[in-house]
Amino acid sequence: MVKLLTGNALLRGDVLWWNGAGWSLTIDSAVAVDADGEAILTREATHERVSDLALIDAERIDGRWRPVKVRERIRAFGPTVRADLAREGQDWR
Amino acid sequence: MYKYDHIDQAIIDARVDEFRDQVQRRLAGELDEDHFKPLRLKNGLYLQLHAYMLRVAIPYGTLSGAQMRMLGHIARRYDRGYGHFTTRQNIQYNWIRLEEAPDLLAELATVEMHAIQTSGNCIRNISSDQYAAAAADEVDDPRIWAELLRQWSSFHPEFSYLPRKFKIAVIASDTDRAAMKLHDIGLQVVKNTAGETGFRVYVGGGMGRTPFIAPVIREFLPVADYLSYNEAILRVYNRYGRRDNIYKARIKILVHELGAEEFTRQVEAEFAHVKTLNLDAPQAEIDRIRAFFAPPAFETGLSTVIDRTDPDFALWVDRQVAQHKVPGYSIVNISLKPLSGIPGDASAEQMEAIADLAEQLSFDEVRVTHAQNLVLPHVRTQDLKAMWDKLVEIGLADVNLDRATDVIACPGLDYCTLANARSIPVAKQIAERLAPKENDLGELKIKVSGCINGCGHHHAGHIGVLGVDRKGTENYQLLLGGSGAEDTSLAQILGPGFDEAGIVNAVEKLTEAYLAKRESGERFLDTYRRLGAAPFKEAVYG
Repeated sequence: MVKLLTGNALLRGDVLWWNGAGWSLTIDSAVAVDADGEAILTREATHERVSDLALIDAERIDGRWRPVKVRERIRAFGPTVRADLAREGQDWR
Repeated sequence: MYKYDHIDQAIIDARVDEFRDQVQRRLAGELDEDHFKPLRLKNGLYLQLHAYMLRVAIPYGTLSGAQMRMLGHIARRYDRGYGHFTTRQNIQYNWIRLEEAPDLLAELATVEMHAIQTSGNCIRNISSDQYAAAAADEVDDPRIWAELLRQWSSFHPEFSYLPRKFKIAVIASDTDRAAMKLHDIGLQVVKNTAGETGFRVYVGGGMGRTPFIAPVIREFLPVADYLSYNEAILRVYNRYGRRDNIYKARIKILVHELGAEEFTRQVEAEFAHVKTLNLDAPQAEIDRIRAFFAPPAFETGLSTVIDRTDPDFALWVDRQVAQHKVPGYSIVNISLKPLSGIPGDASAEQMEAIADLAEQLSFDEVRVTHAQNLVLPHVRTQDLKAMWDKLVEIGLADVNLDRATDVIACPGLDYCTLANARSIPVAKQIAERLAPKENDLGELKIKVSGCINGCGHHHAGHIGVLGVDRKGTENYQLLLGGSGAEDTSLAQILGPGFDEAGIVNAVEKLTEAYLAKRESGERFLDTYRRLGAAPFKEAVYG
């Protein structure tokens, strides 16, 4: 299990993932932050362009990130009740 | 319907300008999130799981056609083509962009709507009876009194930072369609033996973590004391509400801890003081507001005959149409619970079509219900067929009012940051499972919440479902015996919880037990009240 850094974009509220150099809209672009997570979170928080920053637990399965908690999977992949609004075609389960 | 005067309009226009400036300062980096967050929340803008969510107030659940059309426009222009009608006569948009929010609010203001006081520890949208001015058993139009409270509570300087949020409902019938006794204050317009209008005052109801049914603290409050008495209630709460513990901060806890008698004594003492401040609205203002709610120009001598040759139309009439107080007119309930749909959701096109129907066939009025449905309150009975034809065309002619597939559900974990479990998929699966026997089951109110806050009103469900987090997975508790109607009761937990598939099976077993054990004429709730939990527990847990 690893830590991923996530937050919501200030302008549009989109779910964002830390990709090592900046913020990405897709969890596939995320990088594990692990021991550096708190420091990156603190630094990014001061920029005030991403809200509700948080470190979440995730696993690597078949080459893709899968958040451990249901809540974070739904955040990552979109509402389970609107396939047309879901992201990336991933199964939140 | 009430129309804004220049003061009402100036207030919300100024608020839009103020918020536009705040957003610009936030985007320019002049405001940080810690300072901006309370400002956006004061304008109903939340940050949810996937995006910003805007909650727009629909005062006492009444909309004009133009307002409903604007809600559809907002859905198309600023969101993803739909909106979600909530259990408190609000509408929520789930995909709002912060940078566009001021423009959105400016457009809303052009039809006298806003999102102010739809968040925070203040007095929220005043809710009421969706059958107001159409129900035969009401003693007055409750919206007159809800509107007076709306004006009193809007930007009330003393009550902008209460211990917790505060919800008020006003009804004027013995039939409670607003879950009035489950509000912080419930007001029922009544007549005394002298024929004078007044209010029966309930305080301290609520659902959520610690549910209570509100006790009566005044059997008859004269109209002349209406605002003073409400002011006194809020003052006592503001002074003694538990600000030290968010879970004990609602007025229901204060009333419970003090006891209704002592709480009443304190309110009456405060009222004696407040009354001297001359806060109550002068009769001229009450008359001004009342004039806005004058009955529409109902025709007389209209036909009351309904051609029932089309069986689908006849079924819709039987299920969705209620009796109007004026002969020749009917109340039309529009279901927002299509099978396999999302409870309370409506597309932009549906909202615009409803706006057209309201303007053409219902004296330009639409109502929003706490059960997440819509009502066209004043439809000529002879126009019902034309109404139904149009509803069929737009996919809103479902026939399930207060039945097993008319399931209330909060947004749950699909959208909400507070939720612990998804509620919409559970509601959909229960509806799909029970649909084949819906006719036989009769009235059955099923309500699903995705967390203990209870926006899905699970405590008021004949069958309630509460989603919780159990070691990182969704788990669903089953509750039985609740009612938000005039026979208010609080649902009780039946036993251990279930996973997603298990809760659907359990609800089905409950209905099988009901069908096996009911007596003639009994609703599910009646059978439960007669027999208690034991036979239902046996059916579910063995």
